[in-house]
Amino acid sequence: MLTNRREAWNPWAELAQMQREVENLFGRGRSGGLTGGDFPAVNIWVNEDRGLLTAELPGIDPDKLEITVKNNTLTLRGKREAEALREGESWLRRERGEGSFVRSFSLPFQVEADQVEAQFQKGILQLVLPRAEADKPRKIAVRGE
Amino acid sequence: MSAKEMVKKERQSPERAEFQDSAPVYVPEVDIVESDQEFRLVADLPGVDENSVEIDLDKNVLSVSGRFVPQPPEGYSLTYQEYASGNYEREFTLGNTIDRDRIQATVRDGVLRLTLPKAKEAQPKRIAVKAG
Repeated sequence: MLTNRREAWNPWAELAQMQREVENLFGRGRSGGLTGGDFPAVNIWVNEDRGLLTAELPGIDPDKLEITVKNNTLTLRGKREAEALREGESWLRRERGEGSFVRSFSLPFQVEADQVEAQFQKGILQLVLPRAEADKPRKIAVRGE
Repeated sequence: MSAKEMVKKERQSPERAEFQDSAPVYVPEVDIVESDQEFRLVADLPGVDENSVEIDLDKNVLSVSGRFVPQPPEGYSLTYQEYASGNYEREFTLGNTIDRDRIQATVRDGVLRLTLPKAKEAQPKRIAVKAG
């Protein structure tokens, strides 16, 4: 994956491109247009020190959610169980999604995998992804003679 | 999971005007099951808890609404967005057979579960047939 670092850094474009590449890798590429449609839907926020990923995962057992981080790639893996029918019950309406999911995201920086924090509240997963120290931009002091 | 099913549906035309804020209103996805004794309704309302959900039964119209005011994290900028957040609203028309006093509702992990017991007179009865 080559990125021209000399251009002004545009994390949005970079993310979108990496997203497409990762998805094509899994054969789930979308034909352009708006994002969205894959489960779970995510939003990614960044600042200089860290990234923040939120995902809507209503009804997921957080213990069964597998989150892995390697370099700048984050993978979410899990399963959403179907509503179990009790004896004598039949379906009238069935809209809620079910099944296994895997999604990978490329972040615009390397992540300090040991320091990732995950929180699950009200069906929303929030991951804090600290930027690796080695990957942070450094200011070089220029000394005069 | 197919893409078509998983896209969050935004309500197209607000039926009422009391939402003065510009937050979008979403239609939650639901499962509904029926047995002889009751209906069970399960709705996905991510971001909503027991304090922000409202359930009303007016005649035979059951309305479920959830208030969710998204709070963007401070000091971050959004770089990639697949979903937006807002309030939820959906209405269901029920047969006139619900025992209103025994309706139960719980919310956990962004999922609302409603149990709507059928009124006694609406439950099927077995008629004993006697030999003539």
